Amino acid sequence: MSRATLGWIVLSWVGFALLPWYGFDRSAAPTLADYFISGSGLVHGLRGAWWLLPILVPLGMALIPVARSSARPGTWLVASGLLGLALIVLQGFTIGLNGWTLDILRALFGEPGPNQAGMGYGAALTSASFLIVLCHGLAARGWCRGDTFVTSSIGVVIALIIVFVFFPVTTILASAFADNSGNFAPSEFVAKFMDKSIWGLDCLSSDLRCGVAWNTLFLGLLVAFGTTALGLAFALIATRTEFRYKKLLRVMSILPIITPPFVIGLALILLFGRSGALSAVLWEWFGVPRSRWIYGLPGVLIAQLLAFTPIAFLVLIGVVQGISPTLEEASQTLRAKSWTTFWTVTLPLMRPGLANAFLLGFVESLADFGNPLVLAGNYEVLSTKIFFAVVGAQQDQGRAAVLSIILLAFTLGAFWLQHAWLGKKVYTTVTGKGDSGIPLPLPRRVALASYFTAIPWALFTVAVYAIIIVGAFVRSMGRDYTPTFEHFITAFRVERADWGLYFSGSAWNSFFATVKVAALSAPLTAAIGLLTAYLLTRQRFSGQRSFEFGTLLSFAIPGTVVGVSYILAFNVPPIEITGTGFILVMCFVFRNMPVGVRSGIATLSQIDKSLDEASLTLGARSFTTMRRVVLPLLRPAIVASLVYSFVRAMTAVSAVIFLVTAEYNMATTYIVGRVEAGEFGLAIAYSTALILVMLLAIVAIQLVVGERRLGRRSASGAPSPIAVQAIP
Amino acid sequence: MNKMSSVHSLSRSPTSKKQAASVEFRNVTKRYGSVTAVDNVSFTIEPGQLVTLLGPSGCGKTTTLRMIAGLEMASEGQILIGDRDVTNLSAADRDVSMVFQSYALFPHMSVLENVAYGPSVQGVPKKDAYAMAMEKLEIIGLKGLEKRAPSELSGGQQQRVAVARALVLEPQVLLFDEPLSNLDAKLRRRVREDIRELQQNLNLTVAYVTHDQEEALAVSDHIIVMSNARIAQTGTPHELYEEPANLFVADFIGDANIITGDLASIAGPMAQVRIGGLNLQLPHRGAGQGPVKLAARPDAIFLDEAVQAGALAGTVRKTSYLGTQVEYDVESPIGNLFVVQYGRKEAIAPGTPVAISFSNQRGVAIIPDA
Repeated sequence: MSRATLGWIVLSWVGFALLPWYGFDRSAAPTLADYFISGSGLVHGLRGAWWLLPILVPLGMALIPVARSSARPGTWLVASGLLGLALIVLQGFTIGLNGWTLDILRALFGEPGPNQAGMGYGAALTSASFLIVLCHGLAARGWCRGDTFVTSSIGVVIALIIVFVFFPVTTILASAFADNSGNFAPSEFVAKFMDKSIWGLDCLSSDLRCGVAWNTLFLGLLVAFGTTALGLAFALIATRTEFRYKKLLRVMSILPIITPPFVIGLALILLFGRSGALSAVLWEWFGVPRSRWIYGLPGVLIAQLLAFTPIAFLVLIGVVQGISPTLEEASQTLRAKSWTTFWTVTLPLMRPGLANAFLLGFVESLADFGNPLVLAGNYEVLSTKIFFAVVGAQQDQGRAAVLSIILLAFTLGAFWLQHAWLGKKVYTTVTGKGDSGIPLPLPRRVALASYFTAIPWALFTVAVYAIIIVGAFVRSMGRDYTPTFEHFITAFRVERADWGLYFSGSAWNSFFATVKVAALSAPLTAAIGLLTAYLLTRQRFSGQRSFEFGTLLSFAIPGTVVGVSYILAFNVPPIEITGTGFILVMCFVFRNMPVGVRSGIATLSQIDKSLDEASLTLGARSFTTMRRVVLPLLRPAIVASLVYSFVRAMTAVSAVIFLVTAEYNMATTYIVGRVEAGEFGLAIAYSTALILVMLLAIVAIQLVVGERRLGRRSASGAPSPIAVQAIP
Repeated sequence: MNKMSSVHSLSRSPTSKKQAASVEFRNVTKRYGSVTAVDNVSFTIEPGQLVTLLGPSGCGKTTTLRMIAGLEMASEGQILIGDRDVTNLSAADRDVSMVFQSYALFPHMSVLENVAYGPSVQGVPKKDAYAMAMEKLEIIGLKGLEKRAPSELSGGQQQRVAVARALVLEPQVLLFDEPLSNLDAKLRRRVREDIRELQQNLNLTVAYVTHDQEEALAVSDHIIVMSNARIAQTGTPHELYEEPANLFVADFIGDANIITGDLASIAGPMAQVRIGGLNLQLPHRGAGQGPVKLAARPDAIFLDEAVQAGALAGTVRKTSYLGTQVEYDVESPIGNLFVVQYGRKEAIAPGTPVAISFSNQRGVAIIPDA
């Protein structure tokens, strides 16, 4: 038996016999004795929590192969791990805070039955140890070529996905089918599901509003169509014309990624709102009355177009570049005019890419929460409706769950379409053979059309960002343009007190919390994402397809749905973590992990598998191979996923808004609060500061992780890896 | 590029206590889902021998090699290296090194770091690891290039770095996976000679995968011919060429004319075989009376322009002059024959009638399993 296995067996005992089994009551400060022995599972078990005692059986079983070397260690370890996990899960879910959780048990053993609090460090450590012991046992039985590192990694990733993705999603499904007291009530689900406010079609026949589902779909389709068209125009200009400011396009494509999602909505209000800059100009010079037209479909549409066009651009630029020029040259040598070539060769080749951009735009629009919250007014969409169902006057979790399921069905449907239809249809025209053709210049009318769409839009984007910067430094946009630092001072004042510096600005709390959570979640996200990518590309194990599906599923779930499901799942024992910083970190990790997975897969599939194998045959174990061979070659993917997860953690609103507390208020939710209070200047100033911090962080990550060295020749002239990656 | 000239003077370093080990497969099977890549294979590689796994692509030879390395795990059966059961040991725990088809040099390390990787991950101090690496680089003739990145070397040099890296731990068994496939034709001949020389001087057990039968014949002590996940025949190069066990081996190793004959009578180890009117004395190799298939090598068939009555008559259809040899397509009553003649000054013109005869000494054999 290896020392690592032995160590985990010891840890399982430590978790059970020494560490506190239950989480602490937050109102009482724990004493040192609480940390050791007196609060342990063993002590609780002996003092009346009899349901903890059976866990001793698997703990003992793990010791058998330690004591007798002749025993088959693999079998005993597997049995111990399985039984241990099963017992912990069973007691955790059947015995809740208020006694039995199942009606059958209540009926059988009487009410209320025993009760227990949420799991603490001890329970967590013991469960983790059982899991690892199980994986070591499987490795000893020859799984994954006997590699404990690989089996343990697979086990850990699967366990984390089950706990933080599948468990919340099942909880939300279950609560949709339950009434407010928690009983199974399918009729109520049907009633809620068929509600007129969701599927009503009154807007077609009368002045009444349509159902929120139709609103959401309509907005999604408009945004998808718009972003695809604009993105294509930009991509064509960037790759097929002699346009002089191409670099500027690249920068513009990165900007929205580091912009908190609602900031664009905010800027639109400052421009077009009743007291907006442009509205004021129009009123004073042309007598156009001030109105609230921006609040509603037009405003959300413009904001989302601004926010998601860069994503379409990043997708489509890859597609346009991927079309082999030789195909177009072939068409030309067959005497097709450039317009015919574009229409019959270039465009059909781009079709899968266009569909991909369209679906992405659609899904992004559906999942967007910040802009509708700020701008939608009476035009209700699902994401905001879910939010108000939970926090509003209704307080109807079942309704929120039903709405979440509809939103989830829409996005999953879109992803399924993408997979089923595009999966087989990607026209790869970049082959290993050298392509020396020159891309065909755009036909005149296409070029003109692109310029006429793209350039005004680019100018508009620049104007919006200018507003953001100007807005931060003037007293009040639209009314009073006196330059001032007042907003920054309110937010970020630092005073010198007797005991040192005192961060008295109103934004510091949320700022520090945000940076802390983002800085914690970014490396975790990158680590789990890249580990998953490594397992998916480099290892073969049964169930790999569903493993992959599970890791990518969390990407398809809209943030609002994640938020609701986390609240529903983690507010009660056995896993009671709402209100902690931990839940925020885990939420970010699993929201952003798929990007790490994808960039990891993309990079790993370019690295020849025989490099790993060479390292293995030279006596390096998987872990050493990972550290010394794979990771140094993975640097671009590490940078991409670190940057992405850091930035996303700083800018996310949708899921977080459900999970923040006074202690862990995030920057974005604080800003949203300021917007709702009408303090636009402060909100804009804070947003500018955030954008700056993110830019600094991106540069810092680039410097720390560094570039990969692939021989001296390439190192000198190699372009730096792309820092920010498109959402795939 | 300097040759591995220093190989002659060097043998296994005196400090090393390791001996070349044998490799044994006992009824090994490898399945991927419903596909059987290696089907119930048994063989033994004796210590200090170079054994080639030869076969067309997809026959399971690379899978077999990877099972020796521990990169694939056997679904059934036992694998022994040096009498130790390694069936369930991972690659890192086996005393085996491998030279990969793509060389698999770590691009982010220098040549020296690449070669020193093995000892350094085993916990050998950096200085000693570098010393071991330098020693092997010297054997291989790459001293002076150790600071370079792999991408700055030529293909042949990269290949030798890969060999040095595999040698540095002085493994019990050294594996080569089509090591010559990325080299140009002229270099191939030299590198394969170098590998053979190195193997003999250092007394290594080597398993070598290739699909090129000429390469296999040139370097091997033994050849294991694989076909459709099974072993078709095992033997020395001479045995395989002269006494193919079945149609596949006869056809795969060298060129062979498969002709039908009639086994008339058996006397001792020899048999009387009639081929289209000619009588031949051949070892019967277990075949019984009746029709048999024979493999006739192209250079074991003789053509004579002076046609006599009673001889097997044919007509030359096509003639290719290749310098050292002349190749013919000959139409005959026993089928179309492919014939090679060496040292002939004047090629026989197409359309010429010829008399056909067979060599009695070698090159014609009864195929027992056909």
